[in-house]
Amino acid sequence: MQPGLVQLTLTVNGERRAVTAPLHHTLLEVLREELGLTGTKHGCELGECGTCTVLVDGRPVLSCLEIPAALEGREITTIEGMESAAGLHPLQQAFAELGAAQCGYCTPGFLLAGKALIDEKPAPNRAEIVEALGGNLCRCTGYLKIYEAVELAAARMRGGRVEATPEALYGGA
Amino acid sequence: MERIEGIAKLTGAERYVDDLPAEGALWGMTVRSPAPRGRIREVRFDPSVDWSRFVVVDHRDVPGANEVLLIEPDQPVLATDRVRHVHEPVVLLAHPSRDAVRQAARAVEVVVGPEEPYLDFALPPRPAQIQRGDDNVMKRIEVRKGDVEAALARAARIVEGEYRTGAQEHVYIETQGMLAWEDAGVLFIKGSLQCPYYVHKAALRALGRDADAVRIVQAPTGGGFGGKEEYPSMIGLHAALLALKAGRPVKIVYDRGEDMEATTKRHPAIVRHRTGVNADGRLIAQDIDVRMDGGAYVTLSPVVLSRGVIHAAGPYSCDNVRIVGHAVMTNSPPHGAFRGFGAPQTHFANERHMDVVAATVGMDAIEFRRRNMIGDGDSTATGQVIADGVDRAALLGRAVELSGWREKEAAHARLARSDPWIRRGMGVACFHHGAGFTGGGEVMLASRLDVAGLPDGRVEVRSANIEMGQGTLTIFTQIASARLGLDPSMVTIAEADTGRVPNSGPTVASRTAMVVGRLVEEACDELRARLGLGPDVVGDSLTQALVRWHAERPGAELVGEAKYEPPPGVRWDDESYTGDAYAAYGWAAYVAEVEVDLRTYAARVIDFVAVQDVGTVLNPTLARGQVQGGVAQGIGWALMEECRWKDGAMENAELTNYIIPTSDDLPPLRVHFEETPWPGGPLGAKGLGELPIDGPAPAVVNAIARAVGVDPREIPLTPERLMALIEDDRARHARIA
Repeated sequence: MQPGLVQLTLTVNGERRAVTAPLHHTLLEVLREELGLTGTKHGCELGECGTCTVLVDGRPVLSCLEIPAALEGREITTIEGMESAAGLHPLQQAFAELGAAQCGYCTPGFLLAGKALIDEKPAPNRAEIVEALGGNLCRCTGYLKIYEAVELAAARMRGGRVEATPEALYGGA
Repeated sequence: MERIEGIAKLTGAERYVDDLPAEGALWGMTVRSPAPRGRIREVRFDPSVDWSRFVVVDHRDVPGANEVLLIEPDQPVLATDRVRHVHEPVVLLAHPSRDAVRQAARAVEVVVGPEEPYLDFALPPRPAQIQRGDDNVMKRIEVRKGDVEAALARAARIVEGEYRTGAQEHVYIETQGMLAWEDAGVLFIKGSLQCPYYVHKAALRALGRDADAVRIVQAPTGGGFGGKEEYPSMIGLHAALLALKAGRPVKIVYDRGEDMEATTKRHPAIVRHRTGVNADGRLIAQDIDVRMDGGAYVTLSPVVLSRGVIHAAGPYSCDNVRIVGHAVMTNSPPHGAFRGFGAPQTHFANERHMDVVAATVGMDAIEFRRRNMIGDGDSTATGQVIADGVDRAALLGRAVELSGWREKEAAHARLARSDPWIRRGMGVACFHHGAGFTGGGEVMLASRLDVAGLPDGRVEVRSANIEMGQGTLTIFTQIASARLGLDPSMVTIAEADTGRVPNSGPTVASRTAMVVGRLVEEACDELRARLGLGPDVVGDSLTQALVRWHAERPGAELVGEAKYEPPPGVRWDDESYTGDAYAAYGWAAYVAEVEVDLRTYAARVIDFVAVQDVGTVLNPTLARGQVQGGVAQGIGWALMEECRWKDGAMENAELTNYIIPTSDDLPPLRVHFEETPWPGGPLGAKGLGELPIDGPAPAVVNAIARAVGVDPREIPLTPERLMALIEDDRARHARIA
């Protein structure tokens, strides 16, 4: 093996993947460059914007700040792992219905941060949603549709056939 | 209808430029000027680096004219012997390793013999700072209506004010990036951009190529807001120069710091008002001076200034108006297009000033606006007679009512008596935004658009207008589907590739849905006419006719073409700056409620109502998103987004110290549309995208002024600025006491 390279075994989206990567590559770079999982985006590479958020053992982390060698044996979930055999995750479905993705670049990070929240708190209130997503920057939406989508998805995951409210779809003043 | 490309964006499948696979590609980096102005004495390459492993490009590698062609050809692709701003591109490097090229860029030193830069556009330039004409002015515009001096002479009151707005960084979440490669003699430039044909035109000029030897392709774009209007030409040319020299594809993707330091920002502005009011509280004279910092090259400053000047008098009726605007060349990185394009600056000044005038003459701020609101049959500063049937005073009334203004003001007064630290206030702004290019701009663009009938019965919209999150793909699908009575699944939108789509103009100026959307309708009609069918033939019958046409003519192309024609009666005279500046305006009244903590001087917006009329709303979900996103950017500009400059460079080019609103900084953004259909637009729609950035800053600052009883004149109104205002105010009161 060339100097400066490291061999790792990472568990990504439920699959064990053997990777040879430059030693200094962050988890973000390993995901994108070595594993070809480009759904995780570069936003600032300084831990300031939340764009590169992925889940490690179900908790949101900033992949631009994570050293992959420390993550062997941990469960890493990226946006590519959100959809299941049953189809879209309820959050993805709610984001689509409510238009919570605009340019889409921050969206994978929001979806994963939102998933971690709902998995931990099945009935989050608005303040808890704001808090949980506070580290993720979005420049298109003003965040409202994202909150509403998290609320809608959480309600559906608790059971029941919940439809989007007209306020969420059309905005009520 | 849900967003067309929504699922791709929600599953990570969408491929932005940074995600595009490029076999054998090199990574490109830019070496930039360290100085705001001077002669390049030397470019030093660190001898400890093996430069033979890198592709190196400088100005001598530019095969055509060394200019990024836009309005004027003054901006070089790569500096030759002098630099005019910090971070001006000088040398390009490429290497297979992204890490290696990043390190190498730090091993090249541009040595500049400094000259005196002109950095403060508020002051007149000293002789040694003059670099253009005899005063550094790159554009002067004057609008005249009536006789301002005579009206001021007879005014009951004259109220003067000066207002300042700072630069604003776009912070699209996807930074800028381009990929270039050559294939069979054709150069491809693909990336994150708003205006494929701007890059195309610039590439022909700088690379000395024929039109069909260059193809510009838009990749899915992660936000633009104007920031990807002009600068992508620069990055595209850089990637192309490296790719042509390397004989391999080259990708350049800016990191956040480079993007913030080197690319454009909203123009800083100073606006002065001198306003005459008669005894009934009616505006009789508006004398307005607008000065904008254009930065080191002309880029789009003349047209940003133009839009700023035309909107400077606000949505009011006044018989005597004079507006003089100057865009000034400085040694800042060029300021450029940003959502609103000059109008947010002049609307901030005008709407803050309206509160100041109303207070000075002892009138209620809402009643003063209502009394002066432009009505149908009245004319704007350029003499454009407004007659679109919108009840603008009713928009204001609706916003005030929805906000609960009267009840909240009473509650705020009670709070101020009972709480030592917390103050709340309400503020309003009324404003308008012209959709489409200014004046004769749309006629000069002469946009063309095609709708093709495909052999499988689907139709394909071919336009150069792009999706960047605002909803172009969805809106065009809706318009074509409505026009032809087709299920949306039977409509497809072609990739914006200059090799495949005609030039329907840039994706800017709130023009895509309104101006280009109308072309979609016309091209649909033309397609149906080419099939020999009348307008009543829709849906399945049309699909069957398409399939039949192709079965009878295998391999033939069936295309309906549309070309822009101005709506009837729209006239503009560029010499006198009079006439119909825009074919249509969106109108709005926004109300902000703020809370100020007198211990921290932090102001928060706690409620926000946005009422607007943009004609028919084509897609309520997308429209609401545009308004909420624009309001969020406006609140950021008003309160926290501050570019700090040091020696001509942005000092705070990181998201930890250039602060944009997070989820915790925004109130409920309540959005309400009144819909007065506009017959010139598709399905009655006007443009929407920019309008929502014009109103939040004055509404928020007016609310802060009312909450704490100070008179802010400058944004961003950071806690530091607010503290200074409140402490000055206390000191003044202490002196009086």
